[in-house]
Amino acid sequence: MTLIGLVMVLSIVVMTLLAPWISPHDPNDINVGRPYSPPSFQFPFGTNHLGQDMLSRVFGGGAIMLQVAFLSVLFCLLAGVPIGLLASYAGGIFDKISSLVMDSLYAFPGLVLAIAIAAMMGRGVVNMALSIAVVYVPSYFRIVRSQVLTIKELPYTEAARATGAKGHTILFRYILPNVVPSIVVLATVNFADAILTSAGLTFIGLGVEKGEVPDWGWDLTDGRASLLGGAWWIATFPGIMIILLALGFTLMGEGLSELLNPRLEQ
Amino acid sequence: MGLRSYITTRIILTIPMIMLLLTIVFVVVRVLPGDPVLLHFEKYEDPEAVQAMRRRLGMDKPLIIQYFEYLRGLFNWPPDLGKSMQDFQPIAQHIFSAFPATLELAIYSMVIAVIIGLLLGVRASRSYNKPLDHIIRAFGTITYAIPVFFLGMILQLTFGVGLGWFPTGGGRTAAEMEPVGLTLHLGIPAEGFVSPLLRSLPAGLAFWVLGLAVLRWKHVKFWRKGFLISLSAFFVGWLVWALGAWYFMCAGGLHVSTGLYTIDSLLEGNIAKFAQAVRYLFLPSLTLGLVLCGVFIRMVRSNMLETLRLDFVTAGRARGLKERVLVYGYALRNAFLPVLTMMGLQFAALLGGAVLTETTFSWPGLGGYISAKIMQRDYTAIQGAVVVFGLFVALVSLVVDVLYAYLDPRIRL
Repeated sequence: MTLIGLVMVLSIVVMTLLAPWISPHDPNDINVGRPYSPPSFQFPFGTNHLGQDMLSRVFGGGAIMLQVAFLSVLFCLLAGVPIGLLASYAGGIFDKISSLVMDSLYAFPGLVLAIAIAAMMGRGVVNMALSIAVVYVPSYFRIVRSQVLTIKELPYTEAARATGAKGHTILFRYILPNVVPSIVVLATVNFADAILTSAGLTFIGLGVEKGEVPDWGWDLTDGRASLLGGAWWIATFPGIMIILLALGFTLMGEGLSELLNPRLEQ
Repeated sequence: MGLRSYITTRIILTIPMIMLLLTIVFVVVRVLPGDPVLLHFEKYEDPEAVQAMRRRLGMDKPLIIQYFEYLRGLFNWPPDLGKSMQDFQPIAQHIFSAFPATLELAIYSMVIAVIIGLLLGVRASRSYNKPLDHIIRAFGTITYAIPVFFLGMILQLTFGVGLGWFPTGGGRTAAEMEPVGLTLHLGIPAEGFVSPLLRSLPAGLAFWVLGLAVLRWKHVKFWRKGFLISLSAFFVGWLVWALGAWYFMCAGGLHVSTGLYTIDSLLEGNIAKFAQAVRYLFLPSLTLGLVLCGVFIRMVRSNMLETLRLDFVTAGRARGLKERVLVYGYALRNAFLPVLTMMGLQFAALLGGAVLTETTFSWPGLGGYISAKIMQRDYTAIQGAVVVFGLFVALVSLVVDVLYAYLDPRIRL
């Protein structure tokens, strides 16, 4: 399962990277074909209302989504993991307060919070990634914190402490490596969620500025009106690409969690 | 710890959480970079207009005072959620009248998700590792990976445009919006009050007989205890029946408005309106339900796999209980408790999806409100709606936790 997911994700990434060379047309050129031409030999995925070639737009359209997802996972790792480690290892009042804040954030409807933040921060890849990251940081915090709290009490940690290992040695040498697998699984699932959330933000009108670069989210949103009018190809292909990308990450996450936690497997 | 003290603790713990939640929303909208007023005017910046808007919204004051005014407004009754940037009118009325639509959508989507989850999850666990199991698991994974609005579009296209079975959007227009709340207008029926009472007398007698039969079956002595209980059954049955008769005799006289159309229409006894409400609800709630069902399928499946291995199932099987009775009667009951927790956890995700679904189906709920306000750059209105979403989720998770503690005594320990 992990392998299937990995292949799906990698092939989409490679396709997006190679887009400028494999696209038959410039994705932003208007009127390369007649507007609303259905799929044909010349335009395998048809054209949209501006006469842009949908195939070229599908090839390059993953760039923004992938960037947003990658950045948001990175932000989550940079914020959630250190805070979680610190809270669980230091304990005390810092642990209490950070847990309370994270729990409140966690309880919030994720997309609604992301919408509020994205609306206030304005458009742009980094802003979108940040608004998505805020929603998912609590998951990292919780998983790191609970794992560390368990591992901290295990005999081998105690042995390390008994031999005189310093606090940071124990934390980074003995505890962190055991937390990494769960973080990896979470990050993979997080990728899928970030992609769906960024598509959702775009749909609501909070995506990157329209027209700069082709984007599946925008084409899917744009194609909505044409879809009900009968031009199904405009929304369908970008939509399928989003599904495939999210599915790839989900499969990877499921496969990894089975690999790393063999006990869960039935 | 008793149930009561558990509930008290849980409620007390909710208070700091709600305060934090309110603070987070305030920080996001007012404190973080991105001044809402400047954002509202975008490129066109007339310093005077900006200043005027700040004054009218009370945003010219120091942040800390704004914060306390915001909190004070929320703790009023009815709550003050601030003013719109569009017309400087209080937004609370709009938000409260949009809320039931979201609530109704959320309830039915959750019901659909849980039903699909239970049915497919149990089915998958019974054919463990067979093709059907894999198909069901794949179904759950794929529905999870579909952007909810894309699924909505596909359903609109198939069932709305293609087959024409369901409307593709709308359902509640502004004109149809009734004043929300529990308004109870009791009218006097044309025949007077005596007629419904008289007509319900036979029903009351029937209740008496029924009560007597039940008591006899339960071996309760007739003289005094049985007689008194069955007599009260007679009165209660008679009065309830009379109330019902009164209700239907003065059509329109009694008017209950919860804002949930499916319930309102049933209370009014208006089947046509009910059918209409269901027709409009069907596609949006199916969309949301399908997106959510994957989580439930997976959980029910793994829980059932675990439960079906337990000794009591083997014992039941050994005694010749039918497989169907074992699975649905005994094992499923054990697998249901985690489903309840999951319902609470998934509720937040559901409301997030509701924003997109409502936008897709032009469903006039809170989510549609938010996306309309994003287009208008009305940031104070967005803030109000987000606050309501957050409070709603906090309330639901409180209710779920209490319910869970009630159903599973272990949690209280």
